[in-house]
Amino acid sequence: MAPARSLKRVFRTFVIEPLKIIASSKAGLAGFIGLLLYISMAAFGPYIVPLDTRPKPEKRYLPPSWEHPLGTDFEGKDIFSQIINGARDVLFVAFMAGTLTVLIATLLGSIAGFKGGLWDSIIMAVDEVLLTIPQFPLLSVLAALVRLNNFTLAAIIGVLSWPALARAIRSQVLSLKERDFIEAARALDLGTRHIVLVEIMPNLMPYIVVSWILSMTGAIYSQVGLVFLGFVPFTSHNWGVMINMAWTWGAIYYKTSVWYILSPILAITGFQLSAILFARSLENVFNPRLRG
Amino acid sequence: MMAIAAQKEPVIVVRNLSVEYLTPRGVVKAVRNVNLEVYKGETLFIVGESGSGKSTLGFALLNLVPQPGYIKEGEVLYRVDGNEVNLMKLPPDEQREFRWKHVSMVFQAALNSLNPVMRVWDQLYDTIKAHDRNVSREEAYEKVRNLLSLVRLDADRVLRAYPHQLSGGMRQRVMIAMALLLDPKIVILDEPTTALDLLTQKNIIEVLKNIKSKLGTTMIFITHDLSLAAELADRVAVMYAGRIVELGDVYEVFYRPKHPYTYALMKTVPKLTSVDEELYPIPGSPPDMVNMPPGCKFLPRCPYAADVCKQVEPPDEWVASGHLVACHLWRELKLEVRSP
Amino acid sequence: MSKVLELRDVSVAFEVGRTLFSGGRMAKAVDRVNLELGEGRTLALVGESGCGKTTTGKVAAGLIKPTDGSVLFYGKDVWKMKREEFKEFRKSVQIIHQDPYSSLNPMLTIFRALSAPLFRHKLVSSKEEAADMVSKLLETVGLVPPEEFMNKYPHQLSGGQRQRVVIARAISLNPKVIVADEPVSMIDVSLRLQILHLMKDLQRKMGVAYLFITHDLATGRYFARDGYTAVMYLGTIVEFGPTNSVILEPLHPYTRALLSAIPEADPEKTRMKKVMELRSLDVPSLLNIPSGCKFHPRCPFFKEGKCDKQPPERYYVGKDRWVACYLYE
Repeated sequence: MAPARSLKRVFRTFVIEPLKIIASSKAGLAGFIGLLLYISMAAFGPYIVPLDTRPKPEKRYLPPSWEHPLGTDFEGKDIFSQIINGARDVLFVAFMAGTLTVLIATLLGSIAGFKGGLWDSIIMAVDEVLLTIPQFPLLSVLAALVRLNNFTLAAIIGVLSWPALARAIRSQVLSLKERDFIEAARALDLGTRHIVLVEIMPNLMPYIVVSWILSMTGAIYSQVGLVFLGFVPFTSHNWGVMINMAWTWGAIYYKTSVWYILSPILAITGFQLSAILFARSLENVFNPRLRG
Repeated sequence: MMAIAAQKEPVIVVRNLSVEYLTPRGVVKAVRNVNLEVYKGETLFIVGESGSGKSTLGFALLNLVPQPGYIKEGEVLYRVDGNEVNLMKLPPDEQREFRWKHVSMVFQAALNSLNPVMRVWDQLYDTIKAHDRNVSREEAYEKVRNLLSLVRLDADRVLRAYPHQLSGGMRQRVMIAMALLLDPKIVILDEPTTALDLLTQKNIIEVLKNIKSKLGTTMIFITHDLSLAAELADRVAVMYAGRIVELGDVYEVFYRPKHPYTYALMKTVPKLTSVDEELYPIPGSPPDMVNMPPGCKFLPRCPYAADVCKQVEPPDEWVASGHLVACHLWRELKLEVRSP
Repeated sequence: MSKVLELRDVSVAFEVGRTLFSGGRMAKAVDRVNLELGEGRTLALVGESGCGKTTTGKVAAGLIKPTDGSVLFYGKDVWKMKREEFKEFRKSVQIIHQDPYSSLNPMLTIFRALSAPLFRHKLVSSKEEAADMVSKLLETVGLVPPEEFMNKYPHQLSGGQRQRVVIARAISLNPKVIVADEPVSMIDVSLRLQILHLMKDLQRKMGVAYLFITHDLATGRYFARDGYTAVMYLGTIVEFGPTNSVILEPLHPYTRALLSAIPEADPEKTRMKKVMELRSLDVPSLLNIPSGCKFHPRCPFFKEGKCDKQPPERYYVGKDRWVACYLYE
C-alpha cells in the first residue's frame, strides 16, 4: 500500500479539506455549526449554567425573562438550565447508539453482500426476524428487564436498529460487486483486502456517513420515547423526562407553562435539523462526484 | 445516381432556430441558428454525434424540449392543409392535439415507453380515444390491425400481451404502430434501432421502408448511425456543435461531401464489405458546448483551416444542386469519397 | 509463434428458472467453444448481443470458471495451476470493458487507480516512483500532459479520456493478452479510430494479443483485418477463419444472413444488398435453445432430420478455416 504520510498531510486531508467542503454549502455549514453548539452545550454547558435543583413553588411556571430565558417548570426550577444539563445524556446515548448501529450494520451487511452463500442466508434470516418484531414494544420490554443506564440504553437501541441499515448496505455491496471496475481489480489481482477497503468501502462511505447521522437522530427518538413513557429511570433534566413531567403535570393547560413542554421539543428538533443539514454536506465530502 | 426527388413541398420550415439549456456549468447552446425545410413524403436523416444537438432539434420540432432547455429564438412552422401553423404559439391543449395527429414521435428508449401494466391493445385504444372520442371500438380495432400488419406484427398475438411478454424488436414495432395511429403526416424517430440485435434491426428497417412506400409519410430520423442513413435516407443533414454543417441528397453527402467534417466522418467509419481501404482518425474532440471559441467550431480538428475560419462562423451556403454547406472553403476543397 | 491462450471445449452453463417450488434447468451461455490466440495476434469474436461472447471473454481472462472444458495459458491448464502460477496468468490477461463510465472507481483519482496495481505487484516502492510510472503510462495512451489528469476523478474526464485511462490500466502490468469487450461502442464515432489505433500501436510496441469482442462487424473486421474472426451464435462458434475470408466470403448461413442484414455506410452498396430470407422471424433465447444445429429454425438451408438432430461438427475448408454446418460436411 502507499507509504505513510506525514502528520501534517493527514491533518490536511482529513480535517481541513472536509471542513472546506462543508463550508462551501450554506446549509451544511449551518448544520455543522448547530451540531458544534449542541456538543459544546453538552460538554461545557453544565459548568457554565449549573442545574437549578431547588424547588421554589412561588416561581412556578414563570414566563421567559432575563433571569429565566425559558421560564420555569412546575416546581419553579429554571428550564434553561435543565435543557443545557439534559443535553449530555441525550447526546451521549444518541452518539453511542448511532455509532453502534452503523458499525454492526456495516459489518454484517458487507459480509452478507460480499461473501454471499451461507453467511448471507444466516445474516439475512436474523435480520428479517429482528425487522418483523415491533421495535418499540420490544424496546420497552427490554427496558423493563435490564438495569438501565446510559450505556445499556445505548446498547439496546443500537442493537435493535441495525437490521434496516444492514439490508441497505448489503444491496449496495451486491450491486457494487458487479461493477466493471471491481472486475478489473480482480483481473489486476489486487487482492480481496484491497477490493473491500479501497474499491468498495469508499463507494459505501457517503451512504454510511449519512446513515450514521440519521441513526443518531433515530436513537434520540427511541430514547426520548422510552423515557417519556416512563420506562427508564430518569434524572429530571433529561429532555424526555421533561416532556413526561410537563405532560403529567398539566403543562399544556396553562398559558405560561407551555415553555416547559416546548423547550425540550425544540431542543430535539434543533439537533435533528442540524444533524440532517450537516449530513447533506457530509455527502459532498465523501462523494467527489457531487463536488463537480 | 440521385434518389427519387420527393415533391418539393415543404411541410416543416425551421427558421433560425436556437435552443439552449441552463445548466449549473453555464448555458449550453445545443442548437444554434438552424435553418431547415422538410419536404412532403421525404425521409430526412439528421445525423450527428453526442452533443451535436440532433436530439434537441428533434424535440424542438415538437416543442417538447425538456427542462432546463428552452427555445431561445427562431420558429418552427408546419404547413398543414394549406395553413401555416406555428406550434409554439398554440395554446397547450391545441399543441397536444397537433402532436400525434399531425406529427408524432418514436422516442429513443422506445422499448421502455410502453406502460408495463397495460396490455398493448388497451394502450393503443386509449391513445386513439384520447384524441378522438367518436371513434368506435370496431373502427379502432380495424385501424390497429392494419397498422400492426404494416409493421409485420401478428395482431392476435400482440394485442393481448403485456409489454414484457414481447421481445425488444416487437415492442419497438408496437411503438412505431402507435406513432402512426392517428395518421400523422410526419413522424420523427429518435434512434429507432439502437439496443436491438442486428437481425431485428434489419426487420425494423424493412418495416420503415414499408411504411414509406405504402403511406408516403414524411419521416425524420435522428441518429448517429451513418449506415442507417445510407440505407433509408433521401436527404441527410449532418450536425456538428449545434449547427447543420451539411445538408443534401444522400448520395451527394456520402460520396461528394462538401464539409470537412462530413468528409472526415466518411473516412473514419469502418466499412463492412468494401475493399481494404485506409481509415483516418479525426484528431481532437468535440467542443465544449458552454464555452465555444469564435469562428468555426470544427476548426481545431480541421486539416484545411484558414484564417477566416478562426474569426467568422461559416454561414449557410447553397451549393448548386440543392445542397447546403456551412464552410468557408467548400469551393476550394474538392473532396470525394469515391466515384459513383 | 506460440499459442498464448487456448479455449478447449469450454462451456459455461447456468441455472435458470429455479423457484422455491421447482428446480431449474441448465442453459448454456457458452457451448463447447474452441478458440486459439497466437502471441501478438488479433482474434475478433463477433456476434449479436446475448450470444455468449462476453462470457467467453471473461472465461479467457480467468474471471469465470468454465463448467466444462479447459483454458490453456501457454499450454498449461489455468484452473489446475498452483496459486503462484495462476496469479501470473491473471496478471498476463487483462480486460477492457465497454462502458468507460463504470470501468473506473468513481471514488479514486486517476493516479490512485493506476498506481494500485503498480504498488500491489511491487513494480514501484515509493510515491515518487509511482507518479513517474503513471505519468509514463498516461503519455503512452495519449493523455498529455499527464499532470493534468493524475489528480482528477473519472467524472471529470470525457468518455474517450476515460477509455484511455482504462487502456493504461490494462497495459500497466505488461500483459500478454487483452480481452477487449466492445471497447469503442460507447464512444463517439469520430473518436473511435483514435482509440483503435492506440490499441494497435500498443500491440506493435508491446506484442500484446487481443481478443476483440464486438457486435459491430465493421469495426471487428477493421481491427482484426490481419488476424482471425470467429462468429458466435447462441453460445456456439459457427464459423472461424482469417478475417477477410470470413467477412468477404462467409460460409455459414448465419454469417451470410448477418452480413446481408447489416446496413453499411455506403448508400449504393447497402441498398443493393439482397436480404437473405429466414425461415422464421422468432429470435430464440438461451432458455429454449433449438435442438441439433442452433440455427436450424431460421436457416433457409434447413434439412429436416439432419439439422435438427445433432449439432454439426467443425468442418475444415482450409488450413485455418472451418464452419459448423452440414452444408460443408
